[in-house]
Amino acid sequence: MEKPQTPSRLTRLWDPLFKGTTAVLAYLVLALLVAICLSLLREGWDAFKTFGWHFLVSKAWDPANNKFGALIPIYGTLISSLIAVVIAVPVSLGIAVFITELAPRWLRQPVAAAIELLAAIPSIIFGMWGLFAFAPWFSNYEPWISDHFGSIPGIGVLFRGPPFGIGMLTAGIILAIMIIPFIAAIMREVFLLTPPLLRESAYGVGATTWEVVRNVVLPYTRTAVAGGIFLGLGRALGETMAVTFVIGNAHSVSASLLNPGYSIAAALANEFTEAFSPLYKSSLIALGFILFVITFIILVLAKLLLLKLERAQGETA
Amino acid sequence: MSNSVQLKGRLSAGKLAVAIGTVALTLGLATARAGEITGAGSTWVYPLVVKWAAAYQQETGTQVNYQGIGSGGGIAQIEAGTVAFGASDMPLTPEVLRKHHLIQFPTAIAGEDLVMNVPGIKPGELILSGQVVAKIYLHEITKWNDPRIQALNPQLKLPDLDIAVVHRSDGSGTTFTFTNYLSKVSPEWKSRIGANTVVAWPTGLGGKGNQGVAAYVQRIRGAIGYVEYAYILENHMTYARMYNRAHQLVSPSLAGFQAAASHVDFTKAHDFYVILTDQPGPTTWPISGCTWQILRTSAPRASNEQVVKFFRWGFEHGQSMARSIAFGPLPPPTVNAINAYWKRYLGI
Repeated sequence: MEKPQTPSRLTRLWDPLFKGTTAVLAYLVLALLVAICLSLLREGWDAFKTFGWHFLVSKAWDPANNKFGALIPIYGTLISSLIAVVIAVPVSLGIAVFITELAPRWLRQPVAAAIELLAAIPSIIFGMWGLFAFAPWFSNYEPWISDHFGSIPGIGVLFRGPPFGIGMLTAGIILAIMIIPFIAAIMREVFLLTPPLLRESAYGVGATTWEVVRNVVLPYTRTAVAGGIFLGLGRALGETMAVTFVIGNAHSVSASLLNPGYSIAAALANEFTEAFSPLYKSSLIALGFILFVITFIILVLAKLLLLKLERAQGETA
Repeated sequence: MSNSVQLKGRLSAGKLAVAIGTVALTLGLATARAGEITGAGSTWVYPLVVKWAAAYQQETGTQVNYQGIGSGGGIAQIEAGTVAFGASDMPLTPEVLRKHHLIQFPTAIAGEDLVMNVPGIKPGELILSGQVVAKIYLHEITKWNDPRIQALNPQLKLPDLDIAVVHRSDGSGTTFTFTNYLSKVSPEWKSRIGANTVVAWPTGLGGKGNQGVAAYVQRIRGAIGYVEYAYILENHMTYARMYNRAHQLVSPSLAGFQAAASHVDFTKAHDFYVILTDQPGPTTWPISGCTWQILRTSAPRASNEQVVKFFRWGFEHGQSMARSIAFGPLPPPTVNAINAYWKRYLGI
């Protein structure tokens, strides 16, 4: 055994310097975040001051008469993202289970690579595809959706509407396609981390693939799976170009998912360059601030959920 | 630079918007040299300015960079002084011009029309009136076989199909001209909605830009939208014929736009503030419009001189080019009045 060498003066100087530099870089991110948040609040203050709490619950959006409210974009942002997650989670789960448990070995790598490539497609491409290919095709099936689901008591109202092919549901589906690669890739990664011992033992006692996934893989990886879902949700909330193309950009609120709606990001993309009055600009920046807060709340909820799951896991272990 | 300033939070709301809006522009403008003119604004006039710019560069060697960022953007840019000229399809009032040390003059006359996607209806077949269009956009008429549309089109068999109303999602001079026309023909529209580059639409889908509206209309069965005439020609879209103020049935045409312009006197209006919608005359197209160029009186004289030279050249040599892409030339007395206006405010 060699005796550890005493560090030279240079090395002793180097270490705190290194620590300081990395700390500055890390704090810079934090400072940037706070600065962005504060400047959004500052520039949007005019809108919050003028409309007060009504800004959050008002459906008005009338630039000509300087009346603004954020309810419709907030609603559209949340609903389109929710649709996306509802569709994307089961599909991603299926993809991940197939790749890790069921697919023949030679197929796994190509499919996994294809999913990662899907994540690399720029969002505007999804928007164009949504507008030019998916929406016209989907509009042929919307009357069918209206006829078959529109009469279900309770949720029927969600599916009654004119068959334009463009609207909240289309936006949700396009968003789902965009976030599936993220969620599926994370699920695949963490499923592979399940100790082979656990998995093989379960198979050994005669469990089916479904039982192994349900009782071994998912409980072992649920924290990471939840994290992946929230990552996808975060992306869906802030997605701009693809949504702008297919959500319909209408400042109207409607129970039907087939009707056009609006999202915060789409409103900013459409209207910012042409906002002609100070209050109009301020209202748009206030919308940006609200999106920031929504994303922040979602992330905090995600963290809390993860902590809770971890604790529960600790107790059962 | 605009980024760092923004982070320090020293910008007013107005300036912040301009700063963000100009990130792309400033990158291009930072390298602007003498012998280069930069402009931004209206997407409507974009094809004309670009066509003139190419010919002007060949003849004089001066390069004109024009970016179609929208009329509202054009006004914001010229107010902020980041461009040598801004273009807007909505004229500014003389009070606003004086307040911001701006001047404006018209460039060319154009028009817009309604386009639709109704099975079995060919271009120019459908006939509409201003009142019916207003009712469609107010969501009072919601089906294509509504008796009020059918009454105008006894010869057509209109389907029992939902009307998908399409409007612009971005602020636009095209929207200003359209809503200004609807305000003139429908008191209800005037009191409930009004005229502006963005309005609170009671119904419909929003498409970004003329292209966005055209794309929606072409892809959604039962859609109706408004786009400028050049887009109808380019995309061979199904357009409507309209009844004008003189109760005559007219098709959109350059002659119709110019007929509208012949009924107003640009030379008598302060700062050429005139609106061409719903003008009298048997051949007048009802939804005609115009584009204005906006200059800063406080800009360096050399910069304004270059801009004036370019547009003077356009008025003298660019009229057949304008006609070829469906822009109507200004009448000669108007051009003379613009020359006098330049002399008065810029001394050029």
